[in-house]
Amino acid sequence: MAQPPLTAVEMEASLHVWLETEFTYFKVEQLAAELAALTRDEQDFILGWIRRIASTHITLAWQFGRRAPALLPRMERRLLDAWAVHTCDVFDRTGLQSALRVMEEVDSFDETQHQNDAAGALFEDIAPVLGNFVCGLSGRRLRIEEGDAAWTDGERIVLPPLIAALPDLDDNFQLAKATVALLWAQTRFGSLRVDFSELGARYADPERALARLHALETLRLTARIARELPGLHREMMRLRARLDPELPPAWRRFETALSTGQATVDASLALLDAAYDEAECPQWTDQGCLRPEAIAAARAARLNKEKARLRIKLAELLEEHEAAKPASQSAADTPPDLEVTPRDENGRLDFEITLDGAPLAPPDNVKQLLTSVYLDFGEIPPEYLTPAGDGEYDPNRVFDQPEDPDAVWHGTYHEKGAELFPEWDHGRQHYRKNWCVMREKTVAPVRDSFYRDTLDKYAGVVKQLRRKFEALRDENRLDKRQTQGDEIDLDALIEALADAKDGREMSDRLFVRLHRAERNIAVAFLVDMSGSTKGWINEAEREALVLLCEALELLGDRYAIYGFSGTTRKRCELFRIKTFDERYGDEVKARISGIRPQEYTRMGFALRHMTKLLNQVEAKTRVLVTLSDGRPDDYFDVYRGQYGVEDTRMALLEAARTGIHPFCITLDRDARDYLPHMYGAARYIILDDVRQLPVKVTDIYRRITT
Amino acid sequence: MNARTLDPAHHLIAKEPYYEPVGDEIQLFEAAYRQQIPVLLKGPTGCGKTRFMEHMAWRLKRPLITVSCHDDLTASDLVGRYLVKGGETVWVDGPLTRAVRAGGICYLDEIVEARKDTMVVIHPLADDRRTLPMEKLGQVVEAPPEFCLAISYNPGYQSVLKDLKQSTRQRFVALEFDYPSAALERRIVATESGVSDDLADSLVRFAQMTRNLKGSGLEEGASTRLLVHAGKLIADGISPVTACKSAVAQAVTDDADMLKAIQELSSSIF
Repeated sequence: MAQPPLTAVEMEASLHVWLETEFTYFKVEQLAAELAALTRDEQDFILGWIRRIASTHITLAWQFGRRAPALLPRMERRLLDAWAVHTCDVFDRTGLQSALRVMEEVDSFDETQHQNDAAGALFEDIAPVLGNFVCGLSGRRLRIEEGDAAWTDGERIVLPPLIAALPDLDDNFQLAKATVALLWAQTRFGSLRVDFSELGARYADPERALARLHALETLRLTARIARELPGLHREMMRLRARLDPELPPAWRRFETALSTGQATVDASLALLDAAYDEAECPQWTDQGCLRPEAIAAARAARLNKEKARLRIKLAELLEEHEAAKPASQSAADTPPDLEVTPRDENGRLDFEITLDGAPLAPPDNVKQLLTSVYLDFGEIPPEYLTPAGDGEYDPNRVFDQPEDPDAVWHGTYHEKGAELFPEWDHGRQHYRKNWCVMREKTVAPVRDSFYRDTLDKYAGVVKQLRRKFEALRDENRLDKRQTQGDEIDLDALIEALADAKDGREMSDRLFVRLHRAERNIAVAFLVDMSGSTKGWINEAEREALVLLCEALELLGDRYAIYGFSGTTRKRCELFRIKTFDERYGDEVKARISGIRPQEYTRMGFALRHMTKLLNQVEAKTRVLVTLSDGRPDDYFDVYRGQYGVEDTRMALLEAARTGIHPFCITLDRDARDYLPHMYGAARYIILDDVRQLPVKVTDIYRRITT
Repeated sequence: MNARTLDPAHHLIAKEPYYEPVGDEIQLFEAAYRQQIPVLLKGPTGCGKTRFMEHMAWRLKRPLITVSCHDDLTASDLVGRYLVKGGETVWVDGPLTRAVRAGGICYLDEIVEARKDTMVVIHPLADDRRTLPMEKLGQVVEAPPEFCLAISYNPGYQSVLKDLKQSTRQRFVALEFDYPSAALERRIVATESGVSDDLADSLVRFAQMTRNLKGSGLEEGASTRLLVHAGKLIADGISPVTACKSAVAQAVTDDADMLKAIQELSSSIF
C-alpha cells in the first residue's frame, strides 16, 4: 500500500537541518510546498538525493532541490541519479563552480531530444566492455574516458555520459560500439596524421573544410571497417539507415571513390577541394567530433618521447645481440644495418626486424613502440632506427620514473606518481572517485638494540611460542588403510587375508599414502602509525611485530608488514616495513625498530591497497590483520566520526568480497559501540591492556590461521 | 583388485597425426632423439605440443605413453607399485617404467603441475646415465637407445610456485612453441575443422584480437585448439557468433565484462 505523502511542514523540518538554513538562509518553505504536491515515492526520491548531496555540499543540494521537482516528470530517474552522481564527481575533481555549471546544464534539458533516454547506454555501463573491445583491435592501445562528447586524440577515446539516439538499449550500445570503432579507425588508418591547422589555413573557411574532411574520412573509414569488421559494418549500416538521412548524390560519388578498402588519407585529401565546394555536408550519428587541437597536443607530446624510447630500446636490443656473439665478430667498425619492415595486412600489424640481414625477434614493448610510431607516420622513419648512443638521452626524462614521495610533497603539490584510491562517502551513498592520493614509503631503519632487547624481555614467551608454533607446522604423515597409495599397508593386508580365510569380506583399504601438508597462507599486517600511538602503544606494536616475525619464520607463512598514516586525503602514506618478497633480516628488524608515530588514522586507502597487494600473492588463504588503536580520524576533515567508520567498513567488505579474511586487533577501550558495525565484515578482538599486545598477537594469529 | 597393464604395442600410432611444422622443430626433435637427449616443449596451452608429440611418435614409429601430470602425482604413480592380488602382492609397472622397458617415448604433459619430489625421479633418466632406479624392487632399469623422454611446460603461468627447477630444466633440449603464423594457423583451422578458408581466416583474426587482450584482463588469448573447436561447431551448422561464444569466449574467461567484450569482437568480425 502506498504511504500518504508527507506534508510541507514535515519536510520543512528535515530540509532546515540538511541545508543548515540557520547559516545559509535558504528559503526551504517554497521548496517544501512544491514537494508537497508530489507522491510519497517522488518525495522520497528527491529528499533522499537532497540529503545525500548535502553531505557533499549544501549549495549543490539546494540547487538540486530547486530543480528536481520540475525535472522529475520529463527526466528518467536513472538519469537524475546519474546527473546527481556526476555533479558530485565534478565537485570532487574541480570544485563548486564547475559543479554548479553541470547543475545548470540540466536546465537546457530538452524533452524531445531525450525521448530515448530511458533506453540510453550509460557510460559507466558500457565503458568496461568497450574498453576491452578496443584493446582487442589492433594498433595503439587506446583508453576509454568519459567526457562531453565522442572524440579521440589518438591516445584515448572519449565518450559522452549517455548515448541515447534510439529507443532500444541494445541499439544504443551498438551505436556506441560503432562510434568507438570509427574513432579507433581514425588512429589505426591514419586520419590523425593530417596537420589539421595547416590544412584549415588553406581554405577561406577552415571549419567548413575540416567538417568536410571529417565526412570524407568517415566514408573512407567505414569502407575500411567493412573489410576489417564485416559484422560491425552490417550493424553500422542498419543503424545509419534508421538515424541518418540519405547521402546527397555528390557525396555518393565520393563514397565510391573511397570505398576501395585500400584508400589512404591522401585519397580523402585529394577529394577535399571538390567536397569543399559542395553546399551540403553529411553527418552521421556515430561519427563523433573532430578535435584538431587535442590531436595535435597529444601528438606533439608523444613524438619526441617515443623516438627517444625506441632508439634506447633498439640500442639495448643491439647490445644484447652483440653480447651473444663471439668476440671476434663484434669488432666490426661498420654501423649495424638495422631494418624494420612493417607488415600491415589482413587486420594485423606486425614488424620484422633484421640486423645485417638476419632476423631479430623484438620484445613486446619494442613492438608496441614500433606500432605507435608507424601509426603516426605510416612508416618507420629512418632516424628512428639509429640506436641511441651512450648518454645521448637522460633515461629519467624519457621513461616515467617513480616519484620520490618526499620530493613530490615539497614545492608545488601535484599528484604525479601517486596511486589514487576511491573512498566510500556514507552521506552520498556513493564512492568518491580517485579521492585518496596514496604513496608508498619505506620506514627509515633504526639500527639499535631493540630487537635483542625485545627477545630478552620476552625470553620465556619466545620459548613458548616456538613450541606452540612448531606443533602447528603440519608434518608430513602416513595415512594408513587407504584404497590407493604408494605402498602396501602390511597390517591391513594381514587382517584382510585373515578375514578372507575366515570367509568374511576382504577390505580393499590396503595401502598407505603419504600425506603432504602444505601451509599455503599469505598474511599482511597493517599497523597503525598514527600520532595517537605515541608512547606505550607504539612500543607494544613494535614488540608485537618482533614476536610475530619470529613465529611466522617458524611456520614459513609468507607475510608482509605495512604501516599507515596520513594527513588529509591528499597525503595518504603507507610505510613499507616488510614486503612479501623480502627476507626477515637485519634491515627489516631495523625498520621495525624505526616505526615512529606519524600523523592521523585514515584507514580506507590502506585497507584497499593491502587488498590489492594480497590479491597479487598466490596463496590458498589470504589474511589481512589490522592493528590499530581506535577510531579512524583525520586532520580537520569529515573522516572523523561516522564517515571514517563507514569508509573503513566498506573497505573491509571489499576485502572480504575478494576472498581475503580480514581480522582486526584494536586497543580502543572506550568506543566499543561502533566496532561491531565497522568491523562487520571482519572478525575482531579488543585488547584492554596494551602490555598484553605482544603476547596476545601471536596467540591470535595462531587461532585465526588454523 | 585387478590391474590391467596396457601392452606398449597399443600405444603405437598407426595413422599419421596432422601436424604443420612451424619451424625446424621436427629436425631438432629427430636429432635430439638420435643423440638420446631428452626434450622439453615450452609454449602456451593449445598451440600443438601434444599433437607434435603424437606426430613425432608416428614418425619415429615408437609407442607414445602420455602422462598428464597433476598436483597429486607421486613417484610411484610414474614408476610402479605393489598391488594385492588374491593372497599375494604383485608388482605393476607405472607408465614411465613401461615406456623405458618398451623403448617408447614417455611424454610428461604439464610437468610443473606434478609435485616437486616427483620430478626428481626422472633426473637419472634425463642425463647420460639413462637409468631408472626402482627402489622398491631393488632394480635399476637401463633405458634402451630407442627410449625418449619428453616433458612439456607452459611458462605463461606467472607463478613462482609453478616454475621448473634449474636442476630439472638444464637436462633438456628445449623446443619453443608459439601460436603459428596467421597463414599457417588458417590452414590448420581449415584442415582440422573443415570450414572454408574465408571462415578460417576470420577465426584466426578473431583469435589475434583475443591475444591482443592478453595482459589487460585476460590471462591467455584463444589457442589454436579453441579455434579448431569453434570451427568444428561452425562446420556442424552452428552460427559463427554462437560458436565463438561457446568455444572461445566462455573458455578463456568468466569475467562478465570481458565475456561481453569478446562477444562484441566476434560479432564485429562475422
